[in-house]
Amino acid sequence: MNEPANASLLGRLGGWFSPAASADIAAATSAALRSDRFRLEREGEWKRLEAIVSRIERGRLRGVSDEDLLALPALYRTAVSSLAVARETSLDAETLLWLEGLTRRAWFIVYGPRAGLGDWLLRFFGGGWGASVRALRSEILIALALMVAGTIVGWLLVASDPDWYYALIPGGMADARVPGASRAVLLRTLFGQQDQHGLAVFAAALFSNNAQVAILAFALGFAFGLPSALLLIQNTTMLGALLWLYHGQGLTLEIIGWLSVHGTTELYAILLAGAAGLHIGRAMAFPGEASVLDAAAAAGRRSAQVMVGVVLMLIVAGLLEGFARQLIDNTAGRLIVGTFMLVLWTVYFFVWRGAGKSA
Amino acid sequence: MARRQPRNRNRTVITPEGVALPLVLASRGSRAAALFIDLILIVTAMTVTTLTLIWIAGGVGIKIGEVDADGPKSRAVQALAIVWIIAMFLFRNAWFLFFELGPRGATPGKRVTGIRIAARGTERLTTEAVIARNIVRDIELFMPIVFISSAIASGSDTDVAGWAGAIWCAIFLLFPFFNRDSLRCGDVIAGTWVVEAQNRKLGQALSVSAPAAAADQAFTFTSAELAVYGEYELQTLERVLREDKGSALDDVADAISRKIGRPYPYRAERVFLESYYIQLRAQLEQGLRLGRRKADKYAA
Repeated sequence: MNEPANASLLGRLGGWFSPAASADIAAATSAALRSDRFRLEREGEWKRLEAIVSRIERGRLRGVSDEDLLALPALYRTAVSSLAVARETSLDAETLLWLEGLTRRAWFIVYGPRAGLGDWLLRFFGGGWGASVRALRSEILIALALMVAGTIVGWLLVASDPDWYYALIPGGMADARVPGASRAVLLRTLFGQQDQHGLAVFAAALFSNNAQVAILAFALGFAFGLPSALLLIQNTTMLGALLWLYHGQGLTLEIIGWLSVHGTTELYAILLAGAAGLHIGRAMAFPGEASVLDAAAAAGRRSAQVMVGVVLMLIVAGLLEGFARQLIDNTAGRLIVGTFMLVLWTVYFFVWRGAGKSA
Repeated sequence: MARRQPRNRNRTVITPEGVALPLVLASRGSRAAALFIDLILIVTAMTVTTLTLIWIAGGVGIKIGEVDADGPKSRAVQALAIVWIIAMFLFRNAWFLFFELGPRGATPGKRVTGIRIAARGTERLTTEAVIARNIVRDIELFMPIVFISSAIASGSDTDVAGWAGAIWCAIFLLFPFFNRDSLRCGDVIAGTWVVEAQNRKLGQALSVSAPAAAADQAFTFTSAELAVYGEYELQTLERVLREDKGSALDDVADAISRKIGRPYPYRAERVFLESYYIQLRAQLEQGLRLGRRKADKYAA
């Protein structure tokens, strides 16, 4: 056999891959099998990769030197190509299994989530949020149509038969706000509550509750979007019924002001959540060229960003509802705040395109 | 991705470099165990937070019942209540998110059971995917539990709509049992799945650890003697050599010795097996390089 010639050729090849590994190669020539020599020549790099991967897995990213971090992709690729070669030339099951495991662990890291939560949030506020909202434009229009329709339906139902009011409005809210209530009673529900205590707690509780509702509207999109649509309609029929009630006593502008302080933000958030749900439902019902699973996955990732934004909007809405609405005690001030928020969100989503990132 | 998935738990992903990597899907049992551990941890964390806040409130010198009183005390209570509400919200929604975005891709419960999340197919796991898979958890887990337990609690009073709701929720809860990859709804939406995270140590290369040169002199097998076995037997032999149990070594050495009709000296079974292993591997690997694979002893 021409083993010596082969060994020196392998040695040269190994030298190309890693000039520093010549000591390993010297040790490797003493191994009897070619495949073991192949392994020993590269084992140093594999072990280095393993050490880096283990440290990152243990969450000690700061313990990894810059040099190691820069070397990680190259080491990973070395391991991948070693695995491909070893599968065709080596029958050492131990090495193959270990190398597979190492490659898998490195693959998770090299192709893992690119950004941590902090970096991701930076990109998110710097344009990622707006871009993801704009990507759902058609669903937003559908959801908006549903919400407008829900409001009109709610109004018409109650107008035709006031008994509907009790069916639409949950009992807890309908204390003083019932059909037939006098103008004075209704006015009192809108103004003069600034001496209330615990506004901040109220705001936080509202946020927590609304956020769960919005998450529900999104998550229900999974069932082909139908429950999302129903949830949108159901919530806005309440709005319609409430509007009708106050309209009857000539308080239309006052109720709109009362609602708009936080409502423009909150309804906007629910609109986006519903649109995200519809987006997933649409992708699953009409996946197009892709398989249902792939289409759902793509849609889910697109709308997840929107949902993070929705939760943030609801925090703002909760604060507005808890503080601003009770503290600003006149309709003009409330309308100004509400309109300002509406314009602010719309500009942020649809006009401002972020720093140098076109959508 | 292959469209037809096998019934067992072995799956393959293709890395962007074009190399197939085998993965083992996590069993439903280990996922349930991981979830259970996480829930216990979350409830513990919630309880500890609550007790700490009550303790702090006690330290400020206020009782929970006295929220109505105006002044600095009531403001302090309000601040604590806000902290509490936000902490509960974060525990419920951000626990899974925070841990699964880390390099391990696993919550503490998943770490204990040795599983992690990964992207299906060749794409990378993205932050959005992790968010998407966890945002759906609410309708999959918390809502069905509330719904079904309320349906059971009201017993015979439950109307048809209540039962329909409970069944509808059960579909979400039991979704992982209806597909071969045991995906839950969140996995479907996010394009992820849950796999076992194995971590093994590399054993010594056998042709180095064995006193190879001496063994070569002791036993030199002819090509015909080596031709009786294939890769499967080679790897069985490798396992026996690595485990290094006396009785197993004896048995295997006897079997090989009988099969090829060649005796070995007393107490030399390890040297005999090592030299047989190395020479068999050399022969099979040479065939491999020439494009000939011999899967096992039955292969031609």
